[in-house]
Amino acid sequence: MLNRTADSVARATPEPLARKVRGISDKGLAWLFISPTILLLLAINIFPLFWAIYLSFTNYRANRPNEIVKNVGLANYRRILGDQDIWIAMQTTAHFVFWTILLQTLIGFTLAWLIDRKFRGHAFWTTIILVPMMLSPAVVGNFWRFLYEPQIGLFAYAVSFVTGIPATEIGMLSNVSLAPWSIVIVDTWMWTPYVMLICLAGLRSIPEYIYEAAEVDRASNWRQFWSITLPMALPFIMLAVLFRGIENFKMFDMVNLLTGGGPGSTTEVASITLKRQAFESWRTGYSSAFAIILFVAVFGLANIYVKALNKVKQR
Amino acid sequence: MSLTSAHSVVAPSATSKRVAGTIIVLYALISIVPLLWIFATSFKTPPDSIAYPPKILFQPSLEGYCNLFTTRTRQTPEYINSLGPATGFCDETTRKRNMVIAGPSNFMPRFVNSLIIAFGSTFCAVFLGTLSAYGFSRFKVPLADDLLFFILSTRMMPPIAVAIPIYLMYRELGLSDTALGMILLYTAVNVSLAVWLLKGFIDEIPREYEEAAMIDGYTRLQAFWRTVLPQATTGIAATAIFCLIFAWNEYAFAALLTSGTAQTAPPFIPTIIGEGGQDWPAVAAGTTIFLVPILVFTILLRKQLLRGITFGAVRK
Repeated sequence: MLNRTADSVARATPEPLARKVRGISDKGLAWLFISPTILLLLAINIFPLFWAIYLSFTNYRANRPNEIVKNVGLANYRRILGDQDIWIAMQTTAHFVFWTILLQTLIGFTLAWLIDRKFRGHAFWTTIILVPMMLSPAVVGNFWRFLYEPQIGLFAYAVSFVTGIPATEIGMLSNVSLAPWSIVIVDTWMWTPYVMLICLAGLRSIPEYIYEAAEVDRASNWRQFWSITLPMALPFIMLAVLFRGIENFKMFDMVNLLTGGGPGSTTEVASITLKRQAFESWRTGYSSAFAIILFVAVFGLANIYVKALNKVKQR
Repeated sequence: MSLTSAHSVVAPSATSKRVAGTIIVLYALISIVPLLWIFATSFKTPPDSIAYPPKILFQPSLEGYCNLFTTRTRQTPEYINSLGPATGFCDETTRKRNMVIAGPSNFMPRFVNSLIIAFGSTFCAVFLGTLSAYGFSRFKVPLADDLLFFILSTRMMPPIAVAIPIYLMYRELGLSDTALGMILLYTAVNVSLAVWLLKGFIDEIPREYEEAAMIDGYTRLQAFWRTVLPQATTGIAATAIFCLIFAWNEYAFAALLTSGTAQTAPPFIPTIIGEGGQDWPAVAAGTTIFLVPILVFTILLRKQLLRGITFGAVRK
């Protein structure tokens, strides 16, 4: 009898009220905990973003702060979309993103597939392979300039040792047709382990009984690979491609130090163009407009891609 | 069925293991060569570093490290002979090249800047991140998914695009080229990673612990402090290391927003120049010192690496 009364009283007391009695309410605490982060992001990310949007409609130049700022409407955007150099930069970026992702996915997946054989010492060698991706792309990219030097550089020496081409003729950074590949090579070297690690997680997530069932059905290894391994690892591969795609679309540090966009503008990816316009030519309004276009492009492409990824996951 | 698949039908055969092992070891060895080369070059003399063919065997020397920490000026042999005896190894090596040490280089201050900015921003990001992650994990926050996505999306912007308005804002606020400005900026960039990672870690701690603590008379805040935080230590440590690595390696913001007093090591190392071009042994020495902490952290983090690089999307 007494028990039932206590029970009904407990049920009648609304939960939040019961908690409010002891210190701050849950709701208050939640906002107290979350708001500092939101405020910081508003101040350092969102406010500048809106400022950049405003600037993109003006002819403002950061090196002439006293000049009267004129509203130019959509002129900056119109000029960018008609600018030959911008389109060349976008092509260079596309070349870089396409080849790095293709190579990293192929090599990364193959490595993961081999590591999944679980040979003796595989954990140790996996850790060794992972090292390059943790290092600073800027500092290591800078050192690759030395490796790429014709004649004295180790890379040129190794290539000439294998192919027989004189080492003095392998100017990875000075040759117009080789330079775009020089940045692809360094990026692939650095980030293949990243794709590998994610693919490895994908391969390890496939339950063994599926293979056992396939074995009972006498499916060939080839068949097992195409009908089990690849489809089941696909969401992971796509996730790796998403992360690498976003990162490489905004690539700046490694390329800036390795080639600086040169020779000429053969390796001038979008971020380098943006830096040249914003911090060398000081066309702040114009470059803000370009920055907004780039941001919308990354955001839009990533959104479409995530939708595709979710579809694959649901299958 | 062959004999090799006696115990398990799906275990890879011994031959396939051996082939896989060989290819992986070869790849690992080739991919590590550039790093070994950085290490080796840091112990070469300048003439050895630019020898053709590249020298694999050489007499190790600390000249690169001497050059990294000092600035030198060229002097006539008469002047050098008129000086007293050399005061140390670096002094002696420098004099052999007809130069004298003029003073310390900027490497130490830049390295210290890197330490201050990396640790400062990591502390702030992890502090804010832990609070928010707990908030998102335990309370019904309105529009939680949208807020979390907003937090993540701030990381998708190209750094140069962010740097243009930040540059103007910091110029107005007097934060240009200050450690405080860089700490604020890196905190903002890292907090998105911290929230996403830590939310994953805190989600894994059963709510029953706190509920039990609260029944025992703890307030929510005490329960958070006494039961959740100790449980989340591993997650917090792993998150902190990821934030630290980002801030330590960051180049784009540092190169555009700092030029002197607050400059970090990544934009400084490429500017180390000797006579007649880049002083590669000194650059390699700086690079080596800069990379060693990251190597140690990578080994410590091995198990959490996957989670960190995918923003907690993939957990093992």
